Amino acid sequence: MNEFAIKVEDLTRKFNGLAAVDHISFTVDTGELFGLLGPNGAGKTTTINMLSTLLKSTSGYGEVAGHDISKSKDDIRRSIGVVFQEPALDIKLTGEENLAFHAMLYGIKKVERRKRINEVLELVELTEKKDVLVENYSGGMKRRLEIARGLIHKPEVLFLDEPTLGLDAQTRRHIWDYIKKLNKEGRVSIILTTHYMEEADFLCDRIAIMDRGKFVAMDSPARLKDILGGDVVSLEIEGDPDALIERIDSLDWVQSMTRHDETLSLTMEKGERRIPELINAAREKGVNVTCVHLRKPSLEDVFLHFTGRTIREEHASQTERNLAMIKARMGRRMGRR
Amino acid sequence: MILNKTAIYVLWLREMKRFMRAKSRVIGALAMPLFFLAFLGLGFRRLAIPGVSGEVDYIRFLVPGIIGMSILFSSMFGGLSVLWDREFGFLKEIMVAPVSRVSIVLGRIAGGATTTMIQALLILGISCIIGFKIMSVSSVFLALVFMTLISITFLGLGLIFASKMRDMQGFSIVMNFVIFPLFFLSGALYPIENFPTWLRYISKVDPLTYGVDGLRASLIGVSSFSMIYNFVLLLICATVMIVLGAYFFEKSESV
Repeated sequence: MNEFAIKVEDLTRKFNGLAAVDHISFTVDTGELFGLLGPNGAGKTTTINMLSTLLKSTSGYGEVAGHDISKSKDDIRRSIGVVFQEPALDIKLTGEENLAFHAMLYGIKKVERRKRINEVLELVELTEKKDVLVENYSGGMKRRLEIARGLIHKPEVLFLDEPTLGLDAQTRRHIWDYIKKLNKEGRVSIILTTHYMEEADFLCDRIAIMDRGKFVAMDSPARLKDILGGDVVSLEIEGDPDALIERIDSLDWVQSMTRHDETLSLTMEKGERRIPELINAAREKGVNVTCVHLRKPSLEDVFLHFTGRTIREEHASQTERNLAMIKARMGRRMGRR
Repeated sequence: MILNKTAIYVLWLREMKRFMRAKSRVIGALAMPLFFLAFLGLGFRRLAIPGVSGEVDYIRFLVPGIIGMSILFSSMFGGLSVLWDREFGFLKEIMVAPVSRVSIVLGRIAGGATTTMIQALLILGISCIIGFKIMSVSSVFLALVFMTLISITFLGLGLIFASKMRDMQGFSIVMNFVIFPLFFLSGALYPIENFPTWLRYISKVDPLTYGVDGLRASLIGVSSFSMIYNFVLLLICATVMIVLGAYFFEKSESV
């Protein structure tokens, strides 16, 4: 077993001089669930395409399941499964035929093939729909079929490019559960890209925040949030606050305090464990606490912290950048003709 | 070079399944050559076409040409169908598979050639029903050899174009500036002996010329060149096109 599912150093891809991926370096441990988080056009898909041998890198080094991406393409192809951002199914074939096609391409023999197809169909609950042409599938069913397909050949590393993009909340939740299960029980290393904060937060052991082709931060979701200084505890109080404020000032685990009228906002780590102490302190000073509010920082806040923009604002400003990128690519295409 | 037989087979199988399910596609692909055959055949029936010998009436002369035409069109489309797969994303699924690119190309060619041959044989069958006479059973087998070679040649050419184009936009350009000139230059509708000398030279670099002539030699026993000459030249064309098609397909990026 390789120590790293993925190892990347200074990986770069340019389209007509514009760097879509700009000298990124990272490693993903075997068995890890790693997330690439960022707005559209940040370079997530380009990174996945390079690692899955579909796109050549402009410079830098990459290794997937112990194989060099520029030298051992076939070895990598054998060890990975990919679920692409856009559907990559043959809609004129049935669900089962799509799976069989894939299994045969990966050289899985007949008996084993039947067994595995039934297994993955069970897993994504499509057994009853297996003989229906994929053109009659819903978006969620197509997605599930693609995930099933990515698993048939038992890959060491699974790439999921925006696995829940455009799906309803219920289906998304469902797919999240599959992904977790696969990673924990199936011991598959998973790299997923997403621009949904809650998805990265819920699923990933570690996250790299990607912006304009570069990594701006990389850590576990919890620690990324800790960078913001922890939780915000707000106390609404009745009575004279001055004594309480003095008392709180003397507590070394309170990182900062602001006061708006009857509300005190405190920053600290592990806020939920400190609330009882705060209430006791208030009681000692004869102050009545009428309301307590605890807010954990979200990845959205983290993104804001590192890029100075929210991911939604980013979507708007990315549109222009994407246009420039599309133009650059078109130029490349024209040049080919 | 690693050939993966299962991969070739499964790509062929996919093409067969799609073909069998797309009835309208089959009918559409048959309609044009049959219309050509019917209207040109009936319209020029009483005319003496210069270069067509007296014993061969025009319909007899035309049938091999129309078969060649249908193979040209459906093979070029077959090669270009890579673009459809790219458009629908399915190409990525094929390209991340641990299968040599040569196997992918051969699988596509096997699938495309089979569907093309089915169409060509249907046209031959219909022609026989409306009165076209084949010399002998063995001539059908000879014709099959030429059909296969024509098909492979133009599947390869279609693949080359598909590798050079990024989307379907260039399709009508290929249609008007490649497929139709190849068709008209080949002598499918008239003997190329009627062309001015300079045009005849251009005809001689069109692989379909040897394909159509080979089909005439095998089906009606009348031809401009000898059968073996047609066969050898066409074999060279098919080989070159397969190699070039595979080369450019390998080189092209799939996303």
